[in-house]
Amino acid sequence: MIGSWELAFIVLSAIIVTIYGIVVGLFLLGVDRKLAAHMQARVGPPIRQPFIDFRKLLIKENVIPENAIPWIFNLAPVMSLASSIVILLYLPIGSIYPPLGAYGDLILVMYLLTIPALCMVAGGFASGSPYASVGAQREMVTMIAYEFPLAIVVVAVAWRLAAAGIQDPFTLGSIAAYPLWSVAGPLGIIGGLLLLLVMAAVTPAELSRIPFDTQEAETELAGGLLVEYSGKNLAMFYLSQGVKTLVMAAIAVAVFIPWNLSSIVTLPEGVALVADLLFFLGKVILVMFFSVSLVRVAMARFQINRVVSVFWMYLGLIGLVGLLLLMADAALPAAGVLA
Amino acid sequence: MSEGSGRKAPYIIPIGPTHPALKEPVMFTFEMEGEMIKEVDFAPGQAHRGIEWMGMRRNPVQIVHLTDRICGICGVSHTFAFARAVEQIAEIEVPERADYIRALIAEFERIQSHLLWAGVAAHELGFDSLLHLTWRVREQSMDVIENLTGNRVNYGIIQVGGVRRDIVPEQHQVIEDCLNAYEGVISKLLELFLDDRSIALRCRDVGVLSHREALELCTVGPTARASGVNVDLRQDYPYSAYGDLDVRTILPDQYAGETRGDVYDRIVVRLLEVGQSCGIIRQCLDAMPAGEVTAEPKIAKLLAICKKASGEAIGRVEAPRGECFHYVRMEAQEAPHSWKVKASSYSNLMSWIPMLRGEQIADIPIIVASIDPCLSCTDRVAVIRGQRRDILSKEELHRLSVEATRRLQV
Repeated sequence: MIGSWELAFIVLSAIIVTIYGIVVGLFLLGVDRKLAAHMQARVGPPIRQPFIDFRKLLIKENVIPENAIPWIFNLAPVMSLASSIVILLYLPIGSIYPPLGAYGDLILVMYLLTIPALCMVAGGFASGSPYASVGAQREMVTMIAYEFPLAIVVVAVAWRLAAAGIQDPFTLGSIAAYPLWSVAGPLGIIGGLLLLLVMAAVTPAELSRIPFDTQEAETELAGGLLVEYSGKNLAMFYLSQGVKTLVMAAIAVAVFIPWNLSSIVTLPEGVALVADLLFFLGKVILVMFFSVSLVRVAMARFQINRVVSVFWMYLGLIGLVGLLLLMADAALPAAGVLA
Repeated sequence: MSEGSGRKAPYIIPIGPTHPALKEPVMFTFEMEGEMIKEVDFAPGQAHRGIEWMGMRRNPVQIVHLTDRICGICGVSHTFAFARAVEQIAEIEVPERADYIRALIAEFERIQSHLLWAGVAAHELGFDSLLHLTWRVREQSMDVIENLTGNRVNYGIIQVGGVRRDIVPEQHQVIEDCLNAYEGVISKLLELFLDDRSIALRCRDVGVLSHREALELCTVGPTARASGVNVDLRQDYPYSAYGDLDVRTILPDQYAGETRGDVYDRIVVRLLEVGQSCGIIRQCLDAMPAGEVTAEPKIAKLLAICKKASGEAIGRVEAPRGECFHYVRMEAQEAPHSWKVKASSYSNLMSWIPMLRGEQIADIPIIVASIDPCLSCTDRVAVIRGQRRDILSKEELHRLSVEATRRLQV
């Protein structure tokens, strides 16, 4: 099925994507810290601070608690990082088609997104600390809470594309090729904006950032899930946090703002690739600023029961309204450009 | 998660002695059911430093510098209370101007302490932006305190018999500027803390202490006032210059129209008191009479007076956290015969139990912080027998107290 040249291509691109994901992920964490610091009237650390932190964590002692289950405890951080990088292989980067784009669609990405969280849960339970156990329970509850609105977003967008007669609406290739906004009419655009709002709210929960950081909650659980992690293991989780940030922003970019610079302005081929990459990075930073940095400086932490009600009731409702608007939009004649 | 609690076995979560939720060491043991607190116990005494023991080997002028260091935040309250006790024993008449300066510094201390607390509370809720903003506002009062006393903490301004520095006319402008800035910013702070939805969600009806419980547990200061207990030493027992000043107890119903005794009410009381302190400082500046700032500027002479004194007295001061209480007994010797400090937090700690019971883990940090505990002030004793710490039973404690009283009566 897969030829040897294709296998070599996939392996090579996996290596490139890994390096790219880690570097850009850490860079995003640095940008986030700097932006948040400026909004709080602080100077903040230099943007390369996450790289320094990572290097420091690597030379620190890797403590494994006595009552931990060592193999799960050590495996969880590696699995978490690996699974977050795998998601990147399915997401378009700028104008570059995803290396594994032909083998999986948005549904697969949704499934893959749960793996880093599950790894953290497993690692938390395996560390044998009451703080980590409480954190792990909270992480599971949070996951159950945000999966529902996230599913609504994915299904709604794909369904609208399908209604417009587009082939394979779930593949990221078609979603990027036919942006929702160009397919939908005015009602659909309002619906799309509501879905964008839901996506922006799911992002901090997926990344366990304030206000949905109950599973780590520094002042309550002293780091919760990660309380027993140190040294190399913590560095792996730190990297996967960076990669996850990139993944979440890249999904939002792919679904909602997929345009490339090269499709708007004509550029020479070599320049276009670089310009598209930079443009993509800009979009990712924009998404991260609005859904992570801005939210986390403007809000207090929720209690875990509030997290559930926020996602199931309010955001679930907003998502369903968005879905209904998209349906109404498709049902109305001559609403879409392509329909 | 908390459903079906009858079937789940409770598990124990220890918090402390050091934990990010605690600014000072204290040991909590929570018996949990899911996310809900079923029972709670705490053990203070982790920060005992033996300051009283050191004091009983020093003269009152030296002790004043120890009392400055009992607490880093209320650096003037302890010294104020101690000096007032010694002055009563030695019958030293404090000049009126010194009384006003003492009150003025004490009010600045209240401003910076309450703002510090508000920032910590925001941090406990996971709202770090508000922490940074509040502490930036607080800096201004710290600058004024430094201008007036020479120090940001451990002010060293109060001396037995008066104060060590006068406030000169040029400094009035500095104080005035600071007060204007605070009066401008206080409505903004109230809006940020009290109108914010996420703060109200976390603080309304959380950590409730009823009026009755507040009375029964003898709580003091903002903790008691937030439960609707009308107590404020500045009003009930006007010491120093407070007799001449207009001080009315701040109660939460003045802002919200009702008293619920929750964390939110404690924020209300403290923030309103910042505004009240600005008003008191204004009154102090207007009414401050001219004259000496100390009854006896020569230290040697002052020591001689103190050395002759004998008797016992109590010094009470309304510290930012509530009543600060110093008992001193002198017997015509250089060092006091006995000295007992009861910090405001000592009276407030027990209110943690009814506040925490039935709440969630998420609420522990903010509830613990809501009484603004100062444990290094409170910890007066740590019982250690052999290698282990001991807990004294009520009977044992009573026997020891009786023995101590007998010793004093001899």
